This record gives sequence, structure tokens and C-alpha cells, in this order.
Amino acid sequence: MYDFTLTRPTTIADAVSALQGEDAQPIAGGQTLLPTMKARLAQAETFVSLTGISEMRGISAADGVLTLGGGATHATVAREAAASYPALASLAGRIGDPAVRTRGTVGGSIANNDPSACYPAGALGSGATITATGPNGSREIAADDYFQGMFATALEEGEIITKVAFPIPEKAAYEKMLQPASRFPLVAVFVAKYADGVRVAITGASTDGVFRWSEAEAALSGDFSPAAIEGLTPPSNDMISDLHGTPEYRAHLCKVLTARAVRSAQ
Amino acid sequence: MENVTLTVNGKERSAPAEGRTLLVEFLREGLRLTGTHVGCDTSQCGACLVHVDGEPVKACSVLVQDIAGAEVTTIEGMANADGSLGTIQAAFREHHGLQCGFCTPGMVMAAASLLKENPKPTEAEVRHYLEGNICRCTGYHNIVKAVMAASGQDVAPPAVAAE
Ligand SMILES: Cc1cc2nc3c(=O)[nH]c(=O)nc-3n(C[C@H](O)[C@H](O)[C@H](O)COP(=O)(O)OP(=O)(O)OC[C@H]3O[C@@H](n4cnc5c(N)ncnc54)[C@H](O)[C@@H]3O)c2cc1C
Ligand code: FES
Ligand code: FES
Repeated sequence: MYDFTLTRPTTIADAVSALQGEDAQPIAGGQTLLPTMKARLAQAETFVSLTGISEMRGISAADGVLTLGGGATHATVAREAAASYPALASLAGRIGDPAVRTRGTVGGSIANNDPSACYPAGALGSGATITATGPNGSREIAADDYFQGMFATALEEGEIITKVAFPIPEKAAYEKMLQPASRFPLVAVFVAKYADGVRVAITGASTDGVFRWSEAEAALSGDFSPAAIEGLTPPSNDMISDLHGTPEYRAHLCKVLTARAVRSAQ
Repeated sequence: MENVTLTVNGKERSAPAEGRTLLVEFLREGLRLTGTHVGCDTSQCGACLVHVDGEPVKACSVLVQDIAGAEVTTIEGMANADGSLGTIQAAFREHHGLQCGFCTPGMVMAAASLLKENPKPTEAEVRHYLEGNICRCTGYHNIVKAVMAASGQDVAPPAVAAE
């Protein structure tokens, strides 16, 4: 790792101003960033740690919305959201392993937008609202506008994710086929049924990153059962091709896992 | 370099650390506590697992300055006060839960986290919880047995190695 200075502000305001400095970047749990820094694929003169900001770590559920602080860890969400939004808590509780979940955060996962990460599917599948705070104050970004392709998001330089608000659905489930070496999803599907329709978000499959499978959404909004999607052809988005799976296999998994998620939704 | 202070195994310890110093480097090189191992350095293997403020953490994936002031427990803190092996350590020994021993510090620390959260786990829960800890030697069966035994549940007596 190249050397750098680490600062550890305790308020969002101080973190935002620290990030205005020359060549400064945020670091949260470090579960993605530290391995990248060790490989010398990421560097900065100053890293601004977000782990000391208590106003960013909380979780609350009210009026049908679960709000996570951007610094809420996977372990905290798995534990504290289990009653209010079980499908999302289950998603958080299956990320990596227990030690990764102690450190990794929702903000880090959504800022990174790895094409195989879990939280982007939960956020897009729930129609979440992401709050980004920067030098010009805070703005709210709908998940539909936020995810812009592999590792690409609507975040601007100097902004940090301070909150992610998830409308709580009537029923939801997350079905994940593990890539056994990395333990990331090979393909995973988040299905959520709301009063005004069903959302289906798929991660791990497309070279454009997380996406909504709109044909399945339409079919499931009429009839929320696995049979409703039986006749659909799998999504035709550009599927990832690598040694773990062919594009055809991934497309097939999209359909199988969507059906499973509908079956297990509660 | 800044001096970082942690409470390690109940004692306050300080050593100099750079911004980039990892917790595992601080423990091994700064404090000469070499029981915590580095297997992969890429957060995959769990050999470096320690407890930070009571929670499991991969020490190769945490900057020590980021946890200044924290309470850390390492494998050196798992023995009884008189120096004899702690319950989990003794169960690993009794049930042949180790061969080369490289993964063992991380396995014992992970097992301790599991038993704190879930004092009577099923075998499947033990296997699932240990998914971030890799062992090249044992094939895991005896590790699982050791953890089950450490939780006070009955397990088959240790197999005797064929000569
Ligand atoms: C062994 C292992 C297994 C894993 N398995 C999975 C898995 O199954 N599914 C999965 O989804 N993930 C998995 N992960 C990744 C894990 O979830 C990470 O914790 C997460 O992707 C990043 O969160 P972090 O807090 O560690 O972010 P960091 O690594 O600290 O940061 C990641 C990026 O986000 C930026 N950032 C961090 N926080 C913010 C913020 N609040 N606002 C703006 N930018 C920010 C950083 O600058 C950096 O660019 C795994 C990781 C490991 C090591
Ligand atoms: S050395 Fe830390 S996980 Fe392998
Ligand atoms: S005993 Fe050798 S790696 Fe586990």
C-alpha cells in the first residue's frame, strides 16, 4: 500500500469539509477499498474514515420506511432490520462472512456499485432513496437514477452517502446463487411486492450492473406467483461472461431465481 | 508516525503506526504478538481474525489508526489465567481440530464469536459461521467437532489415527 494520512472526523459536516482537501477519498469498512489499495489500484493522499461518525450509523423504521445511516454495517442491519424489513436484513446477513459484516457498510456497497454486489439489488428492488451529502448540502437520488452501470453511480466528487431509505414492501425476498470462491452472488434477484406493483432487481448478471427486469415486473404485478413468469424469455441485457458462467447460464439463473424469490417472498 | 494505543487482551498497549498500518501488522510487528497469522492478506482466509470491541474482524483488513482506543482480543488472550488452554483451544487439541496450525488462531477466534452469539449451535450453523475461515489441512470435520465439543454438546470421541 502507498502511504497516506488517515483522518477520522466525528460529524458529517467535518467529513464533507475534509473531503474538500487536495486528493482526499472516503473510506468506510474498507472491505472493498483496502484490498484495492493493497493492489495499488486505489490511492489518495488523505483517506477520510467515516467509521467515527455516529450520526451515520443508525437504523430506524417509521411510516413504512426503513432508513439506514450510510455507515450502518451489514451486521447491524442483519440484526436490527430483521423485524421491520426481514428480506433486506437477510440480504445483509448473507454478505460475505461474519468478519466482513462487522466492518462493511451499506454506503460503501452502494457507492462502489460492484456489478455483483448485493445491496444494489436491495436498493433498486425496493425503489430506495439515496441521500448524498456534499459541499452544497444534501440531495435525494432515486435508486432508478442512481445506478448507472458497472461501478458507475450518480454520486458526485466530494459527496458521501449519508442515508438510504427503503420503502417497506408487503412481501419480498432475495435469492442468491453463490459464486463459491468469492462468495459474492453469481446471480442474485431481489423481488419486492408493493401495493402499486412488483419490482424485480437483478445483480451479478449484466455487464451494465444491477438492472430491473421489467417484463417480469409486469407479469408479477398482475399475478404474484412463479407461474406468472414461466412463459417469459429470460432478460436479454448483456450478460456477463466469465469462467464461472456463460451468458446463457446467467440469463437462465435470472429466471430461476426470480421464480424462487416469488415463492419464498414473505 | 503517530502513536496508537489499544487495549489488547486487557492491557493497554501503544506503538507507532502509519496511516496505512494494518491492525495485523501493528499486532505482529508493533507489539510482537505473532499468534495472529496472515494467510492471504486479501481478506479471504480468516487466519488473521481477532475481536475488536467484541466483534469478529479480519485484522488484515482494518487500519489500526481507524480503531485507536478499541479493545482487541487476540489468540494470546484466549488461554486461562494460569496459562492452560482455554475451553475452545483445549477442544481443538482434544478433537484434532488442527494439523499445521496456521489457520487455528483465526478458527478459535471465529468459534469464540459464534459461541458468544449462539451458545449451542447445530453442526450446520458451525459450518456456515466458519465460511470465512479457510483450512488447508484438516478437511474441517474435526474443526466442527471441536467447536461442537467446546459448546458443551456431545460429539463422537476423537478418531485414533491409523498407523
Ligand atoms: C471476503 C469478502 C466477501 C464479500 N462478499 C460480498 C457479498 O457476498 N456481497 C456483497 O455485496 N459484497 C460483498 N463483499 C463486499 C462488502 O460488502 C463490502 O463491505 C462493501 O462492498 C463495501 O463496503 P465498505 O464499507 O467496506 O466500503 P469501503 O471498502 O470502505 O469503500 C468502498 C468504496 O466506497 C466509497 N465509500 C464508502 N463509504 C461511502 C459513503 N458512505 N459515501 C460515499 N462513498 C463511500 C469508498 O471511497 C470506496 O470507493 C465482500 C467482501 C469481502 C472482503
Ligand atoms: S490474512 Fe486476513 S483474511 Fe487472510
Ligand atoms: S490446520 Fe493447517 S491450515 Fe488449518
